[in-house]
Amino acid sequence: MQQNETKRAWLVLQDGSVYPGVSFGAEGTAVGETVFNTGMTGYQEVLTDPSYYGQIVAQTYPLIGNYGINNDDMESGRSWVKGYIVSEWCETPSNFRVAMDLDTFLKSQNVIAIAGIDTRALTKKLRESGVMNGAITTVYDESKKEALLEQIRAYTIADAVAAVSCTAPASFPKAEGSEGDYHVVLCDYGYKRNIVRSLQNRGCRVTVVPGHTPAEEILALRPDGIMLSNGPGDPAENTAIIAEIAKLLPSGVPIFGICLGHQLTALATGAATCKLKYGHRGSNQPVKDRDLDRTFITSQNHGYAVEGDSFDTNLGRISHVNANDDTVEGIRYERYNCFTVQFHPEASAGPKDTAYLFDEFIDRIKDAKGDR
Amino acid sequence: MPKRSDIKRVLVIGSGPIVIGQAAEFDYAGTQACRALKEEGLEVILVNSNPATIMTDKAMADKIYIEPLRPEIIKKIIRKERPDSILPTLGGQTGLNLAMELAEEGFLEEEGVKLLGANPETIKKAEDRQAFKDTMLSIGEPCIPSRVETTVEGALAFAAEIGYPVIVRPAYTLGGSGGGIAQSEEELREIAGNGLRLSPITQVLIEKCISGWKEIEYEVVRDGKGNVITVCNMENVDPVGVHTGDSVVVAPSQTLTDKEYQMLRSSAINIISTLGIEGGCNVQYALYPNSFEYAVIEVNPRVSRSSALASKATGYPIAKVAAKIAIGYSLDEIPNAVTGKTCACFEPTLDYCVVKFPRWPFDKFVYAEKTLGTQMKATGEVMAIARSFEQAMMKAVVSIELGMETLTLPQLEEQSDEEIVRLLSVTDDERLFVVYEAIKRGVSFDRIFEITKIDKWFLAKFANLAKMELALKAGQLDAESYRRAKKLGFLDATIARLSGRELPEQWLPGYQMVDTCAAEFTAETPYFYSSYGDENEAAEHIAREQSGKKKVVVFGSGPIRIGQGIEFDYCCVHCAWALKEKGYEAIIANNNPETVSTDFDTGDRLYFDPLNPEYVKALLETEKPDGVVVQFGGQTAIKLTKSLKEMGVPILGTSPDAIDEAEDRERFDALLERCGIPRPQGHTVFTTEEAVEAAGELGYPVLLRPSYVLGGQNMIIAYSEADVVEYMRIITAHELENPVLIDKYLMGIETEVDAICDGKDYLIPGIMQHVERAGVHSGDSISVYPSQTLSQSLKDTIVDYTGRLARELGVVGLMNIQYVVHEGQVYVIEVNPRSSRTVPYISKVTGVPMVDLATRCMLGESLAGMGYGTGLFPEKDFVAVKVPVFSFEKLHDVDTQLGPEMKSTGEVLGVAKTYEEALFKGLCAAGYQFKHHGGVLITVRDQDKHEVVPIADRFSQMGFDLYATGGTALRLNKNMVPTTAVKKIGEGAPDVLDLLESGKIDYVISTSAKGRTPERDGVRIRRKAVERQIPCLTAIDTADVLSKMLASGRTVEGIEVVDITEI
Repeated sequence: MQQNETKRAWLVLQDGSVYPGVSFGAEGTAVGETVFNTGMTGYQEVLTDPSYYGQIVAQTYPLIGNYGINNDDMESGRSWVKGYIVSEWCETPSNFRVAMDLDTFLKSQNVIAIAGIDTRALTKKLRESGVMNGAITTVYDESKKEALLEQIRAYTIADAVAAVSCTAPASFPKAEGSEGDYHVVLCDYGYKRNIVRSLQNRGCRVTVVPGHTPAEEILALRPDGIMLSNGPGDPAENTAIIAEIAKLLPSGVPIFGICLGHQLTALATGAATCKLKYGHRGSNQPVKDRDLDRTFITSQNHGYAVEGDSFDTNLGRISHVNANDDTVEGIRYERYNCFTVQFHPEASAGPKDTAYLFDEFIDRIKDAKGDR
Repeated sequence: MPKRSDIKRVLVIGSGPIVIGQAAEFDYAGTQACRALKEEGLEVILVNSNPATIMTDKAMADKIYIEPLRPEIIKKIIRKERPDSILPTLGGQTGLNLAMELAEEGFLEEEGVKLLGANPETIKKAEDRQAFKDTMLSIGEPCIPSRVETTVEGALAFAAEIGYPVIVRPAYTLGGSGGGIAQSEEELREIAGNGLRLSPITQVLIEKCISGWKEIEYEVVRDGKGNVITVCNMENVDPVGVHTGDSVVVAPSQTLTDKEYQMLRSSAINIISTLGIEGGCNVQYALYPNSFEYAVIEVNPRVSRSSALASKATGYPIAKVAAKIAIGYSLDEIPNAVTGKTCACFEPTLDYCVVKFPRWPFDKFVYAEKTLGTQMKATGEVMAIARSFEQAMMKAVVSIELGMETLTLPQLEEQSDEEIVRLLSVTDDERLFVVYEAIKRGVSFDRIFEITKIDKWFLAKFANLAKMELALKAGQLDAESYRRAKKLGFLDATIARLSGRELPEQWLPGYQMVDTCAAEFTAETPYFYSSYGDENEAAEHIAREQSGKKKVVVFGSGPIRIGQGIEFDYCCVHCAWALKEKGYEAIIANNNPETVSTDFDTGDRLYFDPLNPEYVKALLETEKPDGVVVQFGGQTAIKLTKSLKEMGVPILGTSPDAIDEAEDRERFDALLERCGIPRPQGHTVFTTEEAVEAAGELGYPVLLRPSYVLGGQNMIIAYSEADVVEYMRIITAHELENPVLIDKYLMGIETEVDAICDGKDYLIPGIMQHVERAGVHSGDSISVYPSQTLSQSLKDTIVDYTGRLARELGVVGLMNIQYVVHEGQVYVIEVNPRSSRTVPYISKVTGVPMVDLATRCMLGESLAGMGYGTGLFPEKDFVAVKVPVFSFEKLHDVDTQLGPEMKSTGEVLGVAKTYEEALFKGLCAAGYQFKHHGGVLITVRDQDKHEVVPIADRFSQMGFDLYATGGTALRLNKNMVPTTAVKKIGEGAPDVLDLLESGKIDYVISTSAKGRTPERDGVRIRRKAVERQIPCLTAIDTADVLSKMLASGRTVEGIEVVDITEI
């Protein structure tokens, strides 16, 4: 329950529905694609995950901000969400690492947020009608609603990768005390920092390169492995990157793709992607690993998926599927030294149950180097 | 992995009688398991000594044994029924221990019985302290560091290693004396030195002190393939130090970042995978609030109280899934009952906050020691679901039925600020309310946290409530603050009372669904909680279903407490089933997470909310039912009658007026007058003066009790004026809404009947006779069906009276009447026009489906039409003996002497061909050990001295050594029963307490004219007996039957097991 309920804000959806609420975070008007996340913890990771670029995120868990914001759990240098919707935000966070409360953080990031929304009702709406564009505004004017709606309907997320990707390469040393010494190039389409940490902890030096880096330049860095990161937006839009990935694949260098990296790889091999009705965003998505005949709980954040039927089975096989809706969750390219997954083995937020995939990546690197 | 083909007949072991720490949750788990097994076409053989359970119902299993849960008996059943496997992980610690014992001695292997869901090695790794520690160490999971030290230097060195504070536990000192918590090297030097001196073997255990750390639990499920999920995590509001069963618990955790959440989740998965558990498991952690440091406190390799809570908090049926895993399925093969589409291999995500609040028995046991620690003391719990913590907390407080509407405890309001701060450091049942009071007084969060270690997040939430309460109290109320107050969980009545103002509107809540997935998928769970959201999902659900059926709401019985136990849940569940069977929609309203009634598929819809008029009103607004049922939910549901009547909803069965007539003393007297039925003489009084005068007129002893009570709460037998004065002083401490009843106490044979009535005819399934004479609460008496000593003419009178009362009251449904037979005359003591504690067991042993028939009567059917006659149902040719079970060892300072106030927490049943064998079974199931030599201590009040002689003589004849205090010893010796006289307390050493310590005593017979207060000698003797685990008989009649049992020479091995489905 917010103490200061005076400052008002409105959530306006593309279908014309208006939800009055309470403003927090920054003020103004933000237009974006409205999606929901079902994680009960991990709002800080969500806010700083570049994959949410261009999106207004609603949290289904009603109590957000309980443990504040700390300095360690940033998944990138800033928040990327377009807007933020909660039922209740916590003014009195409690945790030993608290650096600031949620409101202060959102203000510092210029993120417009709204509280006092029945996020369950909103989620049901998005579930039924699919993701919708929307706006959060602190200056709602009923008489100008049509204009706002026009703006909302016109909104599309474009050039997302370019917006979030780094512009110059950066290097990260392997973690102290970790076994092995490998060099991994991470193609940054909007990477989460825990991908780097997961590699560092497994003895990898990581060179992060901008998403548009040509294949030749990547290979010139003589990587032991190539990691294709997660990222925002419609994968099919990234034609140039897809072409570069197509060149990387035959190189024989072990390649591991996550999320957008997974989708781009599939597109590079001729498969198609499609937009899901309302995507998978949360920390409880069950994924079946067909090779292991095991089901794992995974962290996910994606609105698009690889179309299973479009995948050329001569190239490899679908290794992972979503246990809820049977969508493609992972592919092993037998033709190439490449495997990709739709979910997030690096977790953050979410369960670490599929971290074994990083181990597999390292094993592939070792094999390729003849270390094993 | 599909179902194993080698499993056809499964033995399921239940958890036995309800005791503190092992309660209704195992009936819920066992019932789910039985249903899951039967669904798979397996034959289920069930054994449980507890007759009040749903799991011992004919619908649940193919063969049912209500037998003592002892290894000898389980062996007999296995030899008779030849199951191919045994499922031990759903019957609490009792079930697990029994199975492990049989496995370890090789019996199961010999008989070719497979152990499902557990193997002895796994269990040992989880339960044996050292094995557990070693296992955790081997997989890098931290336990609470500790080491045995023999020198002060060693202790200092180890403490330096693990960090202060540390706990010093000297080895082999009495009650841990000589130990303590050391905050610094200096303190440790002193405490360890002292401890080493006091320890006879010069040994102390130095253990890292983790009290004050956050206490976090994870519920984990794993299958045979190795798939693992965590169903839920929970955070205790009370930090480490208070048993989780006595803690206020919230789900999911609130103060953990994702890093902490995932760290502990990964650890829990690591542990369950290493132990190789296939099924459910609970892992408890201590998490240091200022770093990522944690320690594994405990692992329960089975379904537990926490898993019942997690199931209800999330909608994920852990016990059912565990049972399916046990017979071979993997998680991805088990369908998810909630969505109907996905599989059980997923993790629930919540979009609400759950609060569990314990229900302690201290309102009954006013002299019990109330501090909370590692020994659980709560008898039950409630759960509340809301979109905010504040509202969930407020719902919980209303649900515990202690008369509270907010977290304000009135008596604390009178304390000084200093006293409130002092009370913060007392960890007892009221501490949370003290914290709230402190917040209201403006004590800083820092100060409160420093003393209580309750996380400031919770303190801030309490402060939100306090702020609103204070504002309302200051008369601040407008349209906006009214709505804010409602969202925080304030009741209309509370808002009006606090503000003294008229409400701007009445805002009734809508309902949201518990669906395991935070609305990500369409779910069909008919499981709702009230909230002030945008939608009313219950209304949508009802509109969508359009079943066209008539709707009936069944009100449940709330938290389990002494006097209102699992029996009422049994009745509610059966009522719901009967309604469904007859083509009605059954809607259940309850707030107890441990029960079968709150399983979302028991009724057609479940409302998990407080059973309070305002919440009920909201429910009725949404449901618009054709009728409601109050007579199966104990006093909790009965209490709603008046409000329901005002709301104008039809109450099915007995009219509210008749309920009032049976409970209102004056109207009741008039009723008896009209029926020509005598009752012990009595009066209604309001003041001490009136009470003394009435008692004088009636002649002592007299029975005193408040009207409108269940379980004999605050009921005493007064032998003198002083007793009356003392009692009235306690009872009048609270404002008297209802008068005190004062009756002549008749010391006769107590009998009891339950009857089913259709408004015209009545059916009595059986007459029960109590072993103990009137004066011992019926719930605490050994009860025998059919009555063994009543003459036909007395039985006829009882049947006749029952019929007269049924007709005159116009009872439709169930009624329970207690009679006392005194000098050949039958008197009515009490009439309850509702279901009773004895309904489940009488239903089971007579085969009369009482709740089913009663429900059908309420729907308009007649007994004759259902093929049942009237009057007394023909007696069966076997005997059933119900024996009460107590939890005295868990409740310090409670006098164990039986009296008019109920004290038992549960019951067991013995069923056999003869009275003696049934009684033997019952006593055996209740945990009595049958020793045939040793010592007996007898110390009885004057009026019992005469009667104790033959009992003592019997013990003496068997070869027992008799000891007695002064008067009793004299009397026995005078009667040629050789007895050693023992000094009373205070007469010098060795006295009677020393004798009890000496180990020479195997039975105690102790009665005293006065009891209750812990400092009395009688109470101290009885408490000492409890501590030393010596059976202590506090009623002459109980002592009499026990001594006869011993003399009969029966043995557990000699017991013949009875499948009650064949009766």
